[in-house]
Amino acid sequence: MNMPISGKPPKKLSLKENYALLTRGLGWETSYESMDKVFPQCDFEGIKIHDWDKWEDPFRLTMDAYWKYQGEKERKLYAIVDAFQQNNGQFNVSDARYINTLKLFLTGVSPLEYGAHRGFAMAGRNFKGAGASIAAQMQAIDELRHAQTQAHTISHYNKFFHGMHDPIHMFDRVWYLSVPKSYFEDAMTAGPFEFVTAISFSFEYVLTNLLFMPFMSGAAFNGDMATVTFGFSAQSDESRHMTLGLEVVKFILEQDPANLPIVQRWLDKWFWRGYRLLALVAMMMDYMLPKRVMSWSEAWGMYFEQNGGALFNDLARYGVRMPKYHDVAAKEKDRLSHETWGIFYNYTHAAGFHTWVPEEGEMKWLSEKYPATFDKHYRPRFEYWRDQQKKGERFYNKTLPMLCQTCQIPMGFTEPDDPTKICYRESHYRDNKFHFCSDGCKDIFDFEPEKYVQSWLPVHQVYQGNCFRPGTDPTAPGFDPLLEVLKYYNFNVGKDGGEYLDSEDKKHWEQWTGKPGVSI
Amino acid sequence: MSVVALKPGYTGEIKDRVENFHGQQLLYIGWEDHLMFCAPLCIPVPPTLPFGALTAQIIPDLYAAHPDASAIDWSKVEWFSSSQPFTPDLSKSLADNGLGHKASLRFRTPGLTGIKGSCS
Repeated sequence: MNMPISGKPPKKLSLKENYALLTRGLGWETSYESMDKVFPQCDFEGIKIHDWDKWEDPFRLTMDAYWKYQGEKERKLYAIVDAFQQNNGQFNVSDARYINTLKLFLTGVSPLEYGAHRGFAMAGRNFKGAGASIAAQMQAIDELRHAQTQAHTISHYNKFFHGMHDPIHMFDRVWYLSVPKSYFEDAMTAGPFEFVTAISFSFEYVLTNLLFMPFMSGAAFNGDMATVTFGFSAQSDESRHMTLGLEVVKFILEQDPANLPIVQRWLDKWFWRGYRLLALVAMMMDYMLPKRVMSWSEAWGMYFEQNGGALFNDLARYGVRMPKYHDVAAKEKDRLSHETWGIFYNYTHAAGFHTWVPEEGEMKWLSEKYPATFDKHYRPRFEYWRDQQKKGERFYNKTLPMLCQTCQIPMGFTEPDDPTKICYRESHYRDNKFHFCSDGCKDIFDFEPEKYVQSWLPVHQVYQGNCFRPGTDPTAPGFDPLLEVLKYYNFNVGKDGGEYLDSEDKKHWEQWTGKPGVSI
Repeated sequence: MSVVALKPGYTGEIKDRVENFHGQQLLYIGWEDHLMFCAPLCIPVPPTLPFGALTAQIIPDLYAAHPDASAIDWSKVEWFSSSQPFTPDLSKSLADNGLGHKASLRFRTPGLTGIKGSCS
């Protein structure tokens, strides 16, 4: 239909014209239905937008440029993944313990990429401005690509190691995966403005370096070139997402002064939710990488306290202040990873990856990185666990833990000013008690209790009898509730989780590579 | 405002109300200064359970793997309910002791401070 009648080819649009037509020309004022009916989610959060044309996307990406760039990235990635597979690259990683970080990534992070795809598609649909819609749409496609490339890359490891066979099924059921799942579903069930503030700004802009740097540098340090490559392939998209995140917040704040208190509350909330989610990354950095990149404490200092601090200084001109409880995160930085690894050491028999006591050399590293806390608080329990293991009595916690109603993590975090006392917080609402791991999580609940009373807390769901496969009879003789829950998770019981030293992964690694394994 | 929602008057279903636990209620138990058990524990119990059953059987079983467990002197234990000091009547039920669904019970064992005194 675009064939020119004269036979001359049509004038090719400049990038600027192309972008202008895409992001301004595509939007129009509706006449058959009111704009409010067409965009019903644009107002209820209280955000006021007066002029959507003020939306500036610094990348000004057009669709043809987008497909061209993304296609090139895909070709490069899959060439490297092919080579990795043909060369049995999985046997060149530092140690089979490293593979557990991939299990955590595939089951805990890749489904978030898919969630982001859905979330940005919905946000794109709900914004009245075409510029913002287009940016959200491109990010939605990026996120789908990330979920796919991660599944494709890590699927190779699935041929050799346990725990990676059913990530989406696990994501919807497994107790610790409810932490990332609830985080993302909290964002997706908010309005479009809260969603983009939460994910584009608080996560992508403020915290993403603390997710991607540890995983991708960790992969590089530990010889996993396949993961490094999908990381790089995603990273160029991430820089666009980060820019979008900053633009989102500036745009909202510049539109109306009444938006500031709403945005500040979201920044407080999503800083805390994101920070709690990163507890999984903290333990990965300090405990799960056989070759370590830097400690969690160092990463937090560099990426949040320095870089994040500078960012919030820049935003001060809009009236934005540092997120509430950033001081608590600073106080926790010398204990977060140790407390979190302790949780997984306690319950690894019900997890889809292995845990272990750090080797002596690794404990020395931990003592050096955490001079104020490791030897005093954590080394004694690891040494005790190691001694128990030598006696053939590896410690497993047989009773399900109390969970935080908001972040859904077992209540293993300690008082901001006392690392020996569990931090307990409580609220009463509609004749029920609700419990929290921190003031940050309690504040989030207290502002919107009607949302968080609905939390699907895995421990409580197990006790309600909702975590068994259909047809399971809990009254049958010899009924083993834990075993049945693990089957409901679709775990290979006894192979996916538990102590690393007792694992088939370790046995296979030594058998296939001829490399010496770790021991106690 | 208790939720920011598209639909005015939106309310949520409380997922963990006591009726969903088949006659049981949830009790959280935390042992102060013993963080080798990484977090407080959650168990379903009948509301009629005598408090004494916790000290006689249930709590010792839960924490049996801890080297301090056999040294607990229950007559010296300090109790906390929802973080407030609390004196239980061992002969009365949980309900009669004021411990309802999702009660948070903590106990401190003076003189016992975990592995090598590290509160582990």
